[in-house]
Amino acid sequence: MHQTAEFHKRVKDALNNSQLRSNFRVAMDGLMEKRSNAFPDKQFLEELRITGSKLRANALVKQADLLEQLEANCTRNGIKVHWAETIEEANHIVLGIMDSHNATRMIKGKSMVSEEMELNHFLEAHGKECVESDLGEYIIQLDHETPSHIIAPAIHKSKQEIAKLFQSKHPDIPYSEDIETMTRSARQILRSKFYDAEIGLSGVNFAVAETGTICLVENEGNGRMCTTAPPVHIAVTGIEKVLEKLEDVPPLLKLLTRSASGQHISTYFNMITSPRKPGEKDGPKEVHLVLLDNQRSKIYEDEELFDSLRCIRCGACMNHCPVYTKIGGHAYGSLIPGPIGSVIEPQKFGLDKFGILPTNSTLCGACGEVCPVKIPLPKLLHRLRYEQVRNDHTGATNGQGSRRSAKEAMIWKLWSWAHARPAVYRTGTKVAALFRGLMPNKMGPWTRVRTAPKIAPKSLHELAREEGFDNE
Amino acid sequence: MSLVKHYPDKPQKVYFFGTCLIDMLYPEAGLAGMQLLKREGIQVIFPQNQTCCGQPAWNSGYRDETPAVVMNQVRSFPKDYPIVVPSGSCAGMMRHHYPEVFKDKPESDLVNAFSERVFELTEFLVHVLKIELKDLGAPTKVALHTSCSARREMGVADEHESLLRQLGNVQLVEQVRKAECCGFGGTFAVKHPDISAAMVADKAQAITETGAEQLVSGDCGCLMNITGHMEHKGIGPKGQHIASFLWERTHASDS
Amino acid sequence: MSNARANILARLRARTAEKTPVDLDRGFESPDWSKEERIEHFCKAMRSVKTEVHLVSATDWANKLAELAKAKAFKNLLYAPAGPLATQIEAAWKKDSELPVLVTREVDVDGWKEELFFDIDAAITSTRSGIAEVGAMILWPTPEEPRTFSLVPPVHIAVVEADKLHNTFSDAIINEKWYEGMPTNSLLISGPSKSADIEQTLAYGVHGPVELIVLLIQ
Repeated sequence: MHQTAEFHKRVKDALNNSQLRSNFRVAMDGLMEKRSNAFPDKQFLEELRITGSKLRANALVKQADLLEQLEANCTRNGIKVHWAETIEEANHIVLGIMDSHNATRMIKGKSMVSEEMELNHFLEAHGKECVESDLGEYIIQLDHETPSHIIAPAIHKSKQEIAKLFQSKHPDIPYSEDIETMTRSARQILRSKFYDAEIGLSGVNFAVAETGTICLVENEGNGRMCTTAPPVHIAVTGIEKVLEKLEDVPPLLKLLTRSASGQHISTYFNMITSPRKPGEKDGPKEVHLVLLDNQRSKIYEDEELFDSLRCIRCGACMNHCPVYTKIGGHAYGSLIPGPIGSVIEPQKFGLDKFGILPTNSTLCGACGEVCPVKIPLPKLLHRLRYEQVRNDHTGATNGQGSRRSAKEAMIWKLWSWAHARPAVYRTGTKVAALFRGLMPNKMGPWTRVRTAPKIAPKSLHELAREEGFDNE
Repeated sequence: MSLVKHYPDKPQKVYFFGTCLIDMLYPEAGLAGMQLLKREGIQVIFPQNQTCCGQPAWNSGYRDETPAVVMNQVRSFPKDYPIVVPSGSCAGMMRHHYPEVFKDKPESDLVNAFSERVFELTEFLVHVLKIELKDLGAPTKVALHTSCSARREMGVADEHESLLRQLGNVQLVEQVRKAECCGFGGTFAVKHPDISAAMVADKAQAITETGAEQLVSGDCGCLMNITGHMEHKGIGPKGQHIASFLWERTHASDS
Repeated sequence: MSNARANILARLRARTAEKTPVDLDRGFESPDWSKEERIEHFCKAMRSVKTEVHLVSATDWANKLAELAKAKAFKNLLYAPAGPLATQIEAAWKKDSELPVLVTREVDVDGWKEELFFDIDAAITSTRSGIAEVGAMILWPTPEEPRTFSLVPPVHIAVVEADKLHNTFSDAIINEKWYEGMPTNSLLISGPSKSADIEQTLAYGVHGPVELIVLLIQ
C-alpha cells in the first residue's frame, strides 16, 4: 500500500535523526512539566475539564443555531461573514477580498485553518505575498516546511539550525545562536512587513455567538498586529469553534493556556467585535470572518466521532503522546499530528488516505488523560480502526473499509473461531508446548530488537489442574 | 466514570482468569496469583474453558470477530463470584470494553453483570483481601513498570506500588518517565515495529539506569516486550510478573 | 454565490435532533478575596511574566511615571491628551524640563503610522480593570486611547486602579455585564510580548512591547 510505505519511510527517517529525536524529547518533557505545574490541584483540574467538555459539547449540540446567531451579531456589528464548504471556496473568498482592495501584501497571524487551506500556496500562485508573523511559523516558512506541532510549529528545529537558517536567508544580520537575539532580529524584519501589509489574516480560538466576538489567544503580539495594523482583517475559522456565551470563554481559556504551555493566561487575549467605528483612530476598517466547513459537518453526523470536534487545539495530547515524542509531527504526513490529528485527519481526508494513523498508537491512554475537554481519544482511535476494516458499508466515515485485507480478515476469523472453542484452544496450546523446541528464534520485526518469547512446557490450564484448582 | 470504586467484601470463592499470554508463556505467574489468593483462605476456581479475553481482535478493529470470544468467557464464569485477572490490560478489556462489545445487543445485561465482577489482581489483593505481606527474601532493588491499562484504565498503579512497599527488604526504585508506555500495544508492535523498537529501547534504558536487580510488572505483554529487549541487548535486570515476585518473596518454602 | 451556508446548516440541522442536550451549570465559582489579596495575586502573577509593577497612589503616580521615564532614558512618551490620565501627566511634566518629549497625535493613526512604528519609545494608557487571579489588565481602547498605543511602541506603561480588580475573568464579564455590548476591541494583557517558539525557551519582546510597566494605584 502506497501510503503505508511512505508513512513507514518517514517514520524511519525521523527515528534515525538523532537531532530531531532529541529536539522533540527535550521539548515534550518541558511542555509536560509546565502543564503539570500549572495544575497542582488534581480535583480542580478534573472539575475544570468536566466544565470545559460540557461547554464545548453544548456549543456543538446547538451549533447550527449558534452559527446563525454569530452571523447575525457579527453582521450587525459590521463584520462581514462568509461561508465556505470546501477549502477551495474559502481560498477564493480570501482572494476575492484581497482583489477587491487591489491588495498584494498579506501579513498572517498563526492560523491552523489557513494551513489546512494551504492558503499561502494558493495566494502565492495568484501573485500575492503572504508573510507568516508568528515566530515559529516564520521560521518554517523560511525553510518551506509545514508545522510539526500545532502550537509550536518549529519545535523540530534546534537553535543552531534556526541560526543557520536565519543566516542563509538574511546574510546582512550578524550570525547568532542566542535565542533572544534571534527573536529580536525577527521583530526587526517583520516590523516593516506589518507596516506595509494591506491585509492581516488571523485564525480564531473562540467565536462567541452571543455578542459576535472573535477571540484570539497569543503571546507574541503578532496576532494583535495582524488584526490592528492593516486596513483589512480577515479571520478564518472552522465552523466548530463557535461558543454560545461570552461567559463560556474564561474556563476554556484557562484550560487552553495551561494545557498548552502551562501559562495561567496568555500574554494577550484579543476580543474583536467590530471594524473601526467612526471616531476611532486605528484598527482595520473592514473585518471579515470566513467560516469553513471542510468535512466538519460530516464528522458531526456520527454520534461518537463528533466528540472530536470539541478540540480547542491546545496540543497537550501530542505533548504527552509517546509515539509523537519519538517520531515528531512531520512523520504523520497530516497537517495536524499526534492523537487528535490521527482522529480528525482521517475523517476529513478519508481513511483511504490516512487510515494508517489510527493504528499508530499503543492506546496507552496518555492523550485522553490530559485532554482539557475530555475527548475520548483512545476510544475514537479505536473506532476508526474498526471503520477502516469493517465491510458492512453502513457507517458514514470517509474511506470506510478501505484498509480491509482479505488475508488479515481471514486470520482474525480463524483466531475468533479457535478462541471461542475451549477444546480447540486447549489442543492448540498443547501442540504449541509440545513443539516449542521448534519455535523459530527469528520472528520478523519482533526479534530484530528482542529475544523471542518462549512457550512454557506446561500451560496454566495444565498447571491449575495438576495443582488441584477446581474447574467450577 | 466515577473516581471512587466500590469493592465487595471478602468472598469465599473467586474465579481466576489466567489470560492467554500467561497461559502459554508465563504460567508460573498465573499459578503464583492463584496461590496468593488461596493463601488468604478463599477457594480459587480456574475454569478450564477459558481462552483469551478477545482484546487482540477488538483492538485491531475486528469488532465482528470479537463477540464470540467474549461470550466464551462470559459462559465460562457463570456464577456470581468475583473474577480476578493478573493483568491490567485483560482486566481493562473485560471490565470496560466488554459492555461496548455487546452494546445494544440482547446479551448486554448478561455481559454488563459479568464485567462488574472483574478485578485486576493487585486491586483485589489490596482492597478486597486487604492482604498483609511478610517479606522473607534477601534485600534487593526493584523497578516497577506499571502497564498503561493498569495505570489509566484500571487505575491500579498505587495498588501495584503499595504491595511492593509492604516488602521490608525491597527497595523500590523509580525509572525516569515511569508513566510512559513501553511500546508494546499488542498488534502495534507488529504494525509499527520501528516505533515500538524505539519506545522499548528508551524504556529498557531508563530501567537499566536505576540499577535495579529486578524488574516487576503486572502485565506480561509489557514484560515480554521490555525483558525481550533487555535480553537481546544484554542489559538490565531480569523481569518477573508481580504475582510471581510477591509469591516467591512471601512464600515459606516447605522443601 | 454558492449555497455553502444553506448546505452547512442543513447538514448540521439534520443531526441536531439526535444530539443529547448538555446539562450546563454556569455558576462558575469565584474566590473570596479581599482587596489586599487581589493586589497580592495580581502583582505576583504579573511579575512572574516579567511585568514591572509599581505600587503607587492616586496622587503620586504621575511623579513615579516621570521618575521612570527619566531613569529609562526614553526619548519620547506617547500619551492621550484627551484621555483620563492627561491632566496629571501634563502637570508632572511641567515641573521638570529634563523629561522625555511628550508626544500626541490626535489624528487617525494611518496619518502618522511611520512615526508610530519606528520612532516612539514608550506609550502610556489607562486600563478598564484587571484580573487578580491570573494577573491581567483589561483594556477597552477608546477613540482617545487607541489600541496601537498598547501594542506598537517598545515600552507600554499602564495605570491600573486596584479598586477595579476582579477576582477572575468570569467575574469581570459578569460584573461588568460584557454580554450587553462589546467594544470594537477588548483586550487582556498580562505581560510584555514573548515567544517560546525556539527550543521552548522564553524570549521577551517579539512583536508587541518589549517592556510592560504597570502603575498600580492602591
